[in-house]
Amino acid sequence: MHGSHATGSPYAPYTEEDRTAMLETVGAEAVDELFDIPADVRFNGRFDIDARTERETRRLVRSMLDRNDDVTELLGRGHYGYYVPSLVDHLADRSEFLTSYTQYQPEVSQGFLQALFEYQSLLVELTGLEVANCSMYDAATALGEAATLADRVRDTTGRRVLVPELLREERRSTLENYVAGTDLAVETYPVADGTVDLAGLTDLVDDGVVMIYAESPTVRGTIEEDLEAIGDLAADTEALFVLGSDPVALSLLERPVDVGADVVVGDASVLGLPTSYGMGLGLFATRADYLRQVPGRLVGASEDATDRRAFTLTLQTREQHIRRERATSNICTNQAWVALRTAMHAAVLGPSGLVDLAERDVRRARDLAARLDDLVGVIAPVHDRHHLREFVARVDQPARAVADALEKRGFAVHVVGDHEIQICIAGVSDERIDGFVAAVEEVTR
Amino acid sequence: MSGDRPDGSDDGDVPQSRYDQARYVENGEYEPLLSEKDLTRVEISGDNDTDGSPLPDDLTRDSLELPELSEPELARHYTRLSQMIYGIDSGPYPLGSCTMKYNPTFTEDVAALPSAAVHPDRTEASVQGTLEVLYRLQDYLGRIGGMDAVTLQPPAGAAGEFVGIRVAAAYHEHNGEGHRDEVIVPESAHGTNFASAALGGYDVVSLPSDDDGRVDLEALEAALSEDTAALMLTNPNTLGLFEREITTIADMVHEAGGLLYYDGANLNALLGRARPGDMGFDVMHYNVHKTFATPHGGGGPGAGPVGVVSDLAPFLPAPRVRERATESPAGEPVYERFDPEHTIGKVHGFDGNWLVLLKAFAYIARLGDEGLADASASAVLNANYLAERIEYDVPYGPFHHEFVASAGEQDAADVAKRMLDYGVHPPTTKWPEIVPEALMTEPTEVESKDTLDRLAAAFNAVAGEDDDALETAPERTTARRIDQTTAARTPRLSWQALEDDA
Repeated sequence: MHGSHATGSPYAPYTEEDRTAMLETVGAEAVDELFDIPADVRFNGRFDIDARTERETRRLVRSMLDRNDDVTELLGRGHYGYYVPSLVDHLADRSEFLTSYTQYQPEVSQGFLQALFEYQSLLVELTGLEVANCSMYDAATALGEAATLADRVRDTTGRRVLVPELLREERRSTLENYVAGTDLAVETYPVADGTVDLAGLTDLVDDGVVMIYAESPTVRGTIEEDLEAIGDLAADTEALFVLGSDPVALSLLERPVDVGADVVVGDASVLGLPTSYGMGLGLFATRADYLRQVPGRLVGASEDATDRRAFTLTLQTREQHIRRERATSNICTNQAWVALRTAMHAAVLGPSGLVDLAERDVRRARDLAARLDDLVGVIAPVHDRHHLREFVARVDQPARAVADALEKRGFAVHVVGDHEIQICIAGVSDERIDGFVAAVEEVTR
Repeated sequence: MSGDRPDGSDDGDVPQSRYDQARYVENGEYEPLLSEKDLTRVEISGDNDTDGSPLPDDLTRDSLELPELSEPELARHYTRLSQMIYGIDSGPYPLGSCTMKYNPTFTEDVAALPSAAVHPDRTEASVQGTLEVLYRLQDYLGRIGGMDAVTLQPPAGAAGEFVGIRVAAAYHEHNGEGHRDEVIVPESAHGTNFASAALGGYDVVSLPSDDDGRVDLEALEAALSEDTAALMLTNPNTLGLFEREITTIADMVHEAGGLLYYDGANLNALLGRARPGDMGFDVMHYNVHKTFATPHGGGGPGAGPVGVVSDLAPFLPAPRVRERATESPAGEPVYERFDPEHTIGKVHGFDGNWLVLLKAFAYIARLGDEGLADASASAVLNANYLAERIEYDVPYGPFHHEFVASAGEQDAADVAKRMLDYGVHPPTTKWPEIVPEALMTEPTEVESKDTLDRLAAAFNAVAGEDDDALETAPERTTARRIDQTTAARTPRLSWQALEDDA
């Protein structure tokens, strides 16, 4: 068929003979006749985009991306580059997973529905909360959705949403956009030595607070020690306690349900995705009380006509395609395939592997901080706290200059203050860490 | 059962397709859950730096209980699950408004390049390759849509709509017209349009169609006012019809001080033939997982870049990517991030779904002008050919890339279930409601004449079947008809809930 391939798209497979026969069937002389577009809005120009062969296209993209420097990234702050097992790539790339649509016909989509059901179950175990949806876009939009949920379920007349002053500006800004259509107002509470300043937060909490947000680990890698107290503060004023975390951290840290969390959000793609320029997977779990206010898709168990257990999207009357402007969210396309990858990665690790990964994240960050602290001109970690996978270090020299010098030596770190750099060990091999310590010693000497 | 009855259509020369999906049954149940294969509880204990937890007890959970299975067991589990899914590589997938095209496999290779795996907090100088891809994709999309500026940040079509709504709000606010609090949406529009406008805090004004299935100009005139912030339209609309009065509509909306928003869900019909920017649209989103063939992945990820006319460019999300005036010492262009002057800020924690954008770039670069124009031509020809071959009535036309047939006396949802038995995926059903028992069908350009003939035979076979055959369908799928009512009435959303239930 390719020999007589008649059309300009390599993926539109019919021949000149087919096209003639089809035109005859529809009663047209030419395809142009089928377009009912008034002359004044017809486009007769060109985009000036050259067509390429598959090989040429691959070469083009490869040559462009070759301009990315190959450096060791000791970067985190919400996006992590853990090693993703080969099984995840090979099985998630099976085209039935990759090329199927949302499971609106569950009878031919059982495999994906079951995988998403298993993903939801993973999050239920990690958070202790009864309900997890099968994905939001990323941590920032999940936070925004948590705020709109708080807006819908609040018992108070208040309108204040409290977030830590350390919150990544990008997350804060996304949250501001999500609450723009409500009367909620986002306010900042203070942080002391890298974690919540509990006294400062307590001073701010009153009946006007609708939601308190905290993260553990925080953006600076510290593990929050007062989560239960924050949960109590929220409960006392009937505010929602929203906790930001991720599946690796949750494998080791306190269960959110045990500290009074009402909603857990975060980036679940710490498992399943390699470094992807910020592409993520929004984790969203909450209490059964809020089931009918949950945004996004839910997979549930049911039975088929043979009385066997089967899976289906459920409670869809919350969603935009049915409830329209009264839906719990506008989300339609989500991150289902990333959720599949996350579930696969977690399954490969198993519970022992997950706990081990999180414990190593604590130990390796602690060890690296200690080695850097031994160097002249470096204090690490800056915060007298426990850390998971990343920490802030103080450098005597200007942080920007240190980071630039490290980049020249093949290592990327964050600059988070005039004299502060932040370092993350997730996915970085021990050999690279040795090289990094040597490089820091050189540039801070 | 009528599972093996002969071809119900009158096309004697078209072989009847059947498709038996994989079905595992063990001890009377389908493939077990991972948790039914194993559950292992790992205790987390002791603040002991050698073999216990490296954290004090009060900061850790007590234990973690999850499946602990070997890699071979997992490989089989997920392989089995994959065999219980119908994908675009399994057969035709003519879901109206979803544009289920073939996803070229080479785009996966491109997205898997190690050089694509970069962190978003890298310095501009060290990720020039990524910035170049983003810059060139912004440029491609601007040309394709006839738009002056593009943001790639929105991670899905609905997120793109939300950006459009927020940009409109910021624009009106900037012009001292913050009182505009209504967004007009046609009755037949995608549900996300209503929901995105509502998320932005707008009152939604619903607009009925006229008898021809297009925007009713009198109703539009009545709906427009000094409170109008925007009209959201898709063109061709959900019936596949081109809004012939689009320039009049644009003039009316602009006259009232509103903005015209283009929902890019149906852009595949127009590639290279017409551009939203030339029709008077001010803002649009592109569904790259539809028009530009990135895989839907069972629901996502997609990407919903937004294009705007120059007046709105200062309000786009931050950052965008631009080319610097000066080249690098090596003579290469240099790209940098920048924040638009009156930016609405962020709608994603970083810069959106990079790996999806990369695949879309590769697809556009592969097809070029000729391929893109042919995609729309072939998509429209395919829809017209298929509609001609099916026995169901198609009440509205002339349609383009999709048509909406009516199942008539049959229940459209049942028709869909029965079509599954004929080895094809059914169309979108029961929407738009303007067509009774709607079968909204979009074959896309990727189906050959032979496949369209088989698809038509499936429609026609079902058209000839009685209610009994329809109501008991499907029978050849992994699972038989699934009880939706019980699923919703007694929600069991995790394996933990199933245990509680047992």
